[in-house]
Amino acid sequence: MELTIANFVQIVIACLLIIALMVGNAVIMVYIERKAAGFIQRRPGPYEVGPRGTIQAICDSMKLLGKQLFIPGNVDWLLYFLAPVMAFLPVLLLFLPIPFGKYLVALKVDDGILLILAFAGLGVISNILAGWASNNKYGLLGAARAVAQSVAYEIPMIMALLAVVFMAGSLNLSEIVERQGTWPWQWNIVFQPLACFIYFVSLVGETNRAPFDLPEAESELTAGFHTEYSGMGFALFFLSEYANMLLVSFVCATFFLGGYKGPILDGFWWTFIKAYAVMCLIVWLRWTFPRVRFDQLLNINWKWLLPLSILNLWVTAIVLKFIE
Amino acid sequence: MSGLNFINPFGVREDPGTFTGDFYTENFSRKAKPGTVILNLGPQHPSTHGVLRIVVELDGEYVIRAEPVLGYLHRMHEKMGEVKTPWQFIPNMGRVDYLHPIAWNWAYVGAVERLGGIEVPERAEYLRVISCELNRIASHLMWWGAFVMDLGGVTPILYAFEEREKINDILQIVTGSRLTLSYFRFGGVSTDVDERFLRLTKEFVPYLRERLKMYKALVTDNIILRRRLEGVGPMGVDICQRYGATGPILRAAGVASDTRRDIPYGIYKKFDFDIPSGPTNDSFGRYLVRLAEVEESLTIVEQAIKELPAGAIRIDKAPKANYKLPAGETYFAVEGARGQVGCHLVSDGGTRPYRIKLRAPGFSNLSLFAEAAKGTLLADAIAILGSLDLVIPEVDR
Repeated sequence: MELTIANFVQIVIACLLIIALMVGNAVIMVYIERKAAGFIQRRPGPYEVGPRGTIQAICDSMKLLGKQLFIPGNVDWLLYFLAPVMAFLPVLLLFLPIPFGKYLVALKVDDGILLILAFAGLGVISNILAGWASNNKYGLLGAARAVAQSVAYEIPMIMALLAVVFMAGSLNLSEIVERQGTWPWQWNIVFQPLACFIYFVSLVGETNRAPFDLPEAESELTAGFHTEYSGMGFALFFLSEYANMLLVSFVCATFFLGGYKGPILDGFWWTFIKAYAVMCLIVWLRWTFPRVRFDQLLNINWKWLLPLSILNLWVTAIVLKFIE
Repeated sequence: MSGLNFINPFGVREDPGTFTGDFYTENFSRKAKPGTVILNLGPQHPSTHGVLRIVVELDGEYVIRAEPVLGYLHRMHEKMGEVKTPWQFIPNMGRVDYLHPIAWNWAYVGAVERLGGIEVPERAEYLRVISCELNRIASHLMWWGAFVMDLGGVTPILYAFEEREKINDILQIVTGSRLTLSYFRFGGVSTDVDERFLRLTKEFVPYLRERLKMYKALVTDNIILRRRLEGVGPMGVDICQRYGATGPILRAAGVASDTRRDIPYGIYKKFDFDIPSGPTNDSFGRYLVRLAEVEESLTIVEQAIKELPAGAIRIDKAPKANYKLPAGETYFAVEGARGQVGCHLVSDGGTRPYRIKLRAPGFSNLSLFAEAAKGTLLADAIAILGSLDLVIPEVDR
């Protein structure tokens, strides 16, 4: 793609919109998550601030913004401040190739999924830096866990996505959506149920959400890699966690749930509905299950998800060859 | 180096060379192997439930050594017992173990009654059993929720709290308080039950039985929970014997030992109930034993409510503030939610006891931890700690 001024302006505007989406998403998701948790635990959830507690999340973020920037003793302050920013920045790039609607794509590239997978790996570096720089043993343990987990769960995730890429014959996300039909039985979840399941399990692992929230593991490591962060540093980690959740949900919607296509009236609203449905599923999981142990977490990956995803890839390739 | 200090730009706080932490950690770390990490769990760690502190030596995530450090909640209850008259000391017993205060009430009041040869009316004995068992259920439910929370499941504790609230509502009618209950008096209990108490208790028993079925389906049969607990922290009979562990831990090891059956006190002989002793001695066995005990307690409450006789709730000349304990020595033990709760009382015939020794089951049970946690993963160590059901005020007294 040629870089012209028009393209550049388009990307800058898209980035601004994506930042707005990320922040808006965090506010909405915090509210949804707390209300869902309240529903599951049979308590009201936030209800004091604003009508039905809707402004609670905004008030919380204002509080975090207003907090003093605190540095614990003996930290490497450059890395300590860099880590939350690094958690936040790559997520921006990740949203660029996502086709929200047929024409609503920030960056039309042929290998969009490669871009996403490449930059998604950067997120874990911020976790290592945060754990390492904050001079805290809980943080260090959390960071070590984050690395092992992220490296492990990326592989079956890629394998599961590759099966769909084989079927579509393209790495372009818009192309993959176009190959799926408008009705639910024409979506990839029907043709690739195993890949969809593997992808869903890995996305929970990849975004460090319960029951795979080992880098944070409240009852073991207090808060894991972000133990020493407060105020805006914590808020950025929080923001990037929800943004990552949103991203993997969008990829899930694009690859397996037909993207912007829907039974009535195709459009970007379908992408959003599907992505938020996936997010609600993740929230539901978090408030239902206990946490797995670290060796079990890796066993699930290396003993089950990885062989299954390789098998799935083989079968897909063979079947596609026969159909040809 | 002049110019910007990259390590600490806002001024030097501590010199990294001399700052080594506190006395205990420093001495602990002297024995550490090279390449290990000394980690301080607590006293403000989310899963130590109070102010227990555990210093852990970690190799990667494996626990090489774990030593509990006690004393952050030491309140000198035993000394307080020596400077107060028995009457004044009763409220203290509600504060030793805030989850099962009635058992501690019973241990102290029972010891004084045994020393003074005080008889208790039959209705009072029934009321003691009912309140003690209800309180035991509340304690086990609270443990259940907190234990699953240690394993990362946040929701069950709120369900457990709902049931515990119902028990608190019931016990509030007779004791007047919801946490630090002090219901027992020498020669009886403080208040008689009313219609509302009996009605609520009768409603509660079948209600909780239904709920326990739901808990089994939701939590006990959950595959993640089972994998986290099965085979984790086995504690056989020998280790229980060496450290003096009692209660559900000993029963999970296969010994059907229960003070209510072994050294019968009160009127427990009259009731028909089982002593659940677990099939396995791991954390999951201890989990199952406690849930089975809740069912047994419900059976006892049901029988006691059915057979509740009429009569006085306290003897006529119940000892009051000026009561003089006869000279002598006695030990009275009851079965608390965490094991054998005992009170050793020595009197020289004055208005105040000469010496009180409280046997806290949590203290003995915690002693097992250092040995059981050796060689496990950090997450397993937390699970083992949770399965011991510790109440720190009781451990420290």
